[in-house]
Amino acid sequence: MLEVKDLHVTVEGKEILKGLSLTVNPGEVHAIMGPNGAGKSTLSAVIAGNEGYEVTSGSITFEGQDVLEMEIEERAQAGLLLGFQYPVEIPGVKNVYLLKAALNAQRAARGEGEMPAPEFMKLVREKLAYMKMDPSFLQRAVNEGFSGGEKKRNEILQMLVLQPKLAMLDEIDSGLDIDAMKVVAEGVNSLRDSERAILMVTHYQRLLDYIEPDYVHVLVDGRIVKSGDKTLALELESRGYEWVTEESAA
Amino acid sequence: MSGAQTFLNRLEERVSERQAASLPEPTWIVARRQAAAARFEALGFPTRRDEAWKYTDVRRIGEGDFALARDAAFSKAAAAALTLPIEAIRLTFVDGLFSAELSDLSALPSGASVEPLSQALADNHEAVGGALGRLTGVEFSPFSALNTAFTEEGAVIRLAPGTVVELPIVLQFLSRANDAAVMSHPRVLVQAGARSQATVVEHYVGEADAANFTNVVGEILLERGAILNHYKLQEAPLGDFHIASLHVDQGRDSRFTSFNINLGGALVRNDLVSDLNAQGAEASYLGLFFAQGRQHVDNHTLVNHNAPTTFSNENYKGILGDRARGVFNGKVIVKRDSQKIEAYQSNANLLLSDRAEIDAKPELEIYADDVKCSHGTTTGQLDEKAVFALRTRGINEQTARGLLTLAFAGEVMEQVTVDAIAERVERTVAGKLPERFNLTELVDASLNEVHDTGLGEE
Repeated sequence: MLEVKDLHVTVEGKEILKGLSLTVNPGEVHAIMGPNGAGKSTLSAVIAGNEGYEVTSGSITFEGQDVLEMEIEERAQAGLLLGFQYPVEIPGVKNVYLLKAALNAQRAARGEGEMPAPEFMKLVREKLAYMKMDPSFLQRAVNEGFSGGEKKRNEILQMLVLQPKLAMLDEIDSGLDIDAMKVVAEGVNSLRDSERAILMVTHYQRLLDYIEPDYVHVLVDGRIVKSGDKTLALELESRGYEWVTEESAA
Repeated sequence: MSGAQTFLNRLEERVSERQAASLPEPTWIVARRQAAAARFEALGFPTRRDEAWKYTDVRRIGEGDFALARDAAFSKAAAAALTLPIEAIRLTFVDGLFSAELSDLSALPSGASVEPLSQALADNHEAVGGALGRLTGVEFSPFSALNTAFTEEGAVIRLAPGTVVELPIVLQFLSRANDAAVMSHPRVLVQAGARSQATVVEHYVGEADAANFTNVVGEILLERGAILNHYKLQEAPLGDFHIASLHVDQGRDSRFTSFNINLGGALVRNDLVSDLNAQGAEASYLGLFFAQGRQHVDNHTLVNHNAPTTFSNENYKGILGDRARGVFNGKVIVKRDSQKIEAYQSNANLLLSDRAEIDAKPELEIYADDVKCSHGTTTGQLDEKAVFALRTRGINEQTARGLLTLAFAGEVMEQVTVDAIAERVERTVAGKLPERFNLTELVDASLNEVHDTGLGEE
């Protein structure tokens, strides 16, 4: 589904990713962990199309398409969606507009017509309830004045409505208390099925108690230096990152 | 022949018509017309050498030849499509002339009087005529002199002390697509007694191909504790010239809120003035203008803090696309001894094109020392981070920019309490976005959902 090959990325002249390779298949949940500054967030930002990053070599393909050749919105329409670590506040743009515009864009890209209004509202209300969010929230501006937890729930709400094929979550657990984390994790888990994949970037093992990964990758200094199953995350939790760094240097 | 003379000839024409029709006017009103005409002749149309008209060239008006409207015929069905869909007390004017057929005063409560000016003058020319021009005299501008010379029709709203009018009072001005362009010089007079409350909507709209000249003068007197919400919804045809002034005299503890929304017109100038004459008087000015093509929209505001403990708050937003030009000139004057006043002003403008232009000038003149004042103006483009965030959700760039433009207007619009106006503006702004930004369907669909599901009440 997603194939990242020998990816090199620089930001303002500094190389952040130094030959990262990763394969994600449908139905899989991957977690990328690593120390601060290792380049964890860079990977998902590049896949989503953030223009501050320069890909100097390597490739990213999604279902056979060259992701780096696609417009930002085309990536999302194709089913690649990023949940931000710091969701942007968009004063004045109502949540209902964002959801409707995004869903219609995705449907149009698939050659489908707009979803009829009653069906759309039913869908959105159902997802809101799932995320334990009040319906009044639809008429509020995107993320404006939201608490950290509300912003993260809003990211997941968008995913539940848009049903991405590959959901990327950048530090979705940061700033969440335990109750909010449970709601967010439940939302993410509801996306899991044999057709869909999830790629999470996280600093802490805590999130993985709620969203169990099939694979855990350790990213150090721009490369994946170790991959394993969820027990690797537990090992990182107890031993820190240094041993992996040393092991890979050896 | 000079531009001013062309206009004055029309006045002579009108005066002889009145005589022929045996519609004599009280001599003092005739004298006032003549004095105003003389004043206008002496002043001529303003030029860009006049400080107040530095950025607005009115030659297109001065060089025009505008006839006087002959009748107020307008098909009911066509009017209905233009009328704000709200239950209201409504006076309709067609090219400045009163249309009884398109008016509805059936819901007028006791203590309130809403009449066409001609009728109010016929009933009591001294009381009504005498009140006209007290706030906006012929010295205010050449256009106020011109209006005074031609004054014929308009609206007079009087509220007895303590009267609360729940329904909005809508003054609807329809501009017709005539064979020859016409001009009208309406007057609006509002006298709100102590502790009275009302919402007055001036709505300018018309047939798409119209190219008329409207020169309106409004005067509002608020007595102690009166509360007035004033909406100006100017969506005149794109060929129309629109010059307007509104002068508000505010007594103790009175509250005036102005929503000045300008979407239409080829050349538009608004002057809004509040005199805060006694303690506790408060003025809130909210403005939104959206111009594109070669539209020109000029907003001048002036708040005079003439008494201590008076308050003003102003927020104007401008959106300019294509080769449109906008002007924002907001002035606040705090008189000596007007202590403990608060005056805040902000203006933000969004330029959607490289060739659009805004001249923004906030002015503060403070002659007291114990005051809280602030002002600021910004002009910029859309927030690229927000454009990116929307695109990552699959929304194409054009739609994203359109949504953000609508959002920019939203900060003013969300304070509008008459839902029909808020929705009308939201739809109009969405519809005015360049083709590549067009969001009309999306906005329509979302607004319809609010109605269908009752989401709006939550």
